[in-house]
Amino acid sequence: MEFPGLLVYWIIVVLMMMGLYIVVAQNNLVKKIVGLNVFQVSVFLLYITMGKIAEGTAPILADEIEIYSNPLPHVLILTAIVVGVATTSLGLALVVRIHEAYGSIEDDEILEQESDA
Amino acid sequence: MIEAHLPILQVIIPLIAAPVCVFLRHPLITWALATVISWVCLAISIMLLQQVQASGEIIYEIGGWAAPWGIEYRVDTLSAWVMVIVTSVGAVVTPYAKLSAEKEIDRDRLYIFYAMLLLCETGLLGITITGDAFNLFVFLEISSLSTYVLVSMGKDRRGLTAAYRYLIMGTLGATFYIIGVGLMYMMTGTLNIADLAKLIPDVAETRTVQAALAFLTVGLAIKLALFPLHLWLPNAYAFAPSVVTVFLAATATKVAVYALIRIVFTIFGGVDILESVEIRHVLAALAIAAMFAGSAVAIYQTNIKRMLAYSSLAQIGYMILGLSMNSVTGVTAGLVHLFNHAMMKGGLFMVMGCVVYRIGSAKLDDMAGLGKQMPVTMGAFVAGGLSLIGVPLSVGFISKWTLLQAAFEKGWWPVAALIVVSSLLAVIYIWRVVEVAYFREPAAGQVAVKEAPFLMLIPMLLLIGASFYFGIDGTSTLTVAGDAAKALIGGLK
Repeated sequence: MEFPGLLVYWIIVVLMMMGLYIVVAQNNLVKKIVGLNVFQVSVFLLYITMGKIAEGTAPILADEIEIYSNPLPHVLILTAIVVGVATTSLGLALVVRIHEAYGSIEDDEILEQESDA
Repeated sequence: MIEAHLPILQVIIPLIAAPVCVFLRHPLITWALATVISWVCLAISIMLLQQVQASGEIIYEIGGWAAPWGIEYRVDTLSAWVMVIVTSVGAVVTPYAKLSAEKEIDRDRLYIFYAMLLLCETGLLGITITGDAFNLFVFLEISSLSTYVLVSMGKDRRGLTAAYRYLIMGTLGATFYIIGVGLMYMMTGTLNIADLAKLIPDVAETRTVQAALAFLTVGLAIKLALFPLHLWLPNAYAFAPSVVTVFLAATATKVAVYALIRIVFTIFGGVDILESVEIRHVLAALAIAAMFAGSAVAIYQTNIKRMLAYSSLAQIGYMILGLSMNSVTGVTAGLVHLFNHAMMKGGLFMVMGCVVYRIGSAKLDDMAGLGKQMPVTMGAFVAGGLSLIGVPLSVGFISKWTLLQAAFEKGWWPVAALIVVSSLLAVIYIWRVVEVAYFREPAAGQVAVKEAPFLMLIPMLLLIGASFYFGIDGTSTLTVAGDAAKALIGGLK
């Protein structure tokens, strides 16, 4: 197998699992959102990678070029990035409100306060 | 002329009305606008359903770009049916929202509430109408993001953490969904659902496509709160403003079920995905677990909104159980229960909205003596509760009867017994409320309250009435659901 081979996909999977683990394991609400971002970015990479074809060039029509990379996944990911930014900003806004209401952004401290109430 | 453009109008009208609400700002004007828009949407969806029943599937190419390159909107009986469910709930929720939202949401944020309600409806309708798998993701996120905002709008601070947890789970679910779509795109090079349905069978044996199916199913199972991926739901429903809970309980999970149906029956319809025994048994087992776990936990709740939320988990179990049977009767049962559950659970949450409006609490102990003080509201609760249990003449009975028939057809006798037993659990949690509301004296110092205002009673009685009207005459709903089920199963062979 040539050098890059499936290396990019391995990187994507590692990133994906790191992101997912951070979401599950972190106690801090902001760090959870960072984990969510890592998770989403790995999916963006997955889409971008699959558009690339070996030897393929940018999809601009020209003589002598026969193999083009697929631009569609890139365009899709522009949309997904927008969605990701919206989710992140909404999540952080909620964390700000949670901090105002509970005085903490640690999950266990918030749970403690909720069980008292 | 205009009729040809109904599919796009269905989505674009609420989409444009939402930012208009933000500009108008005045609570009363935005409310009036949202109400008008929701009724317009209802009219459009009914017209679409009639068109589909008269002349078959409607295909609408956006911008005139032909599929699979362009995005197309595709309306068949199933999607028209789900749109009618969503818009009819929307149309009764907006009039109801006025008083309930004024009470439970800060006045200076009311315009945002209406804007988000319209955006959420846009997203849900978009999911239902689109014929493109990636477009579906975009609408899924439109509806989810607006839902997170809606859940966090109440005055109870626990609404904030509920919204945050829902955001984390919801985003994970949606991201799983796009991973699945991406993997399918890798193998087929198309995003169009109809096109995928043609191309998937050839590559169904590859690991990539099987992984795609796994990601899609898990992602959507989070969205529709299938046991054991339901943890976000009870708090989100319990601490959201009452009117938001009504809308979400009656529509959001139903549309996620719809999306799952599209994946399992339409895209993977050609590969007999449910025929492979394990998958069907996994779905059926989870559904039955949901029926029992949901009902059993509901019995121990002291917050009645939370109790109804757990009961929703059980009801979702009935829907998925119907689908997992993979027969025309089973799928019909699942689909008819989509509608029936939307009516009865929407009605029951509206009852709780009225209770919260008057006594400011959804706790069981605070409801003592309400049977005398709010006779109409509590009467509606009893009626809705009977429907939830599945007493004859109610819609719950129609759903369960169809589901039982489907189980008998399959020869799944133990499953049929489990359906009946789990219905009995509903008797227990409904009775607890009845007992407190009718037979317990109000605690000393409890202020006597009046009946809820008319503007809230009428939408509530409409939904509860519908849950008996369609229970006494179930032919119309069963016919539509049956048609949709036949089309889905027909696509399988």
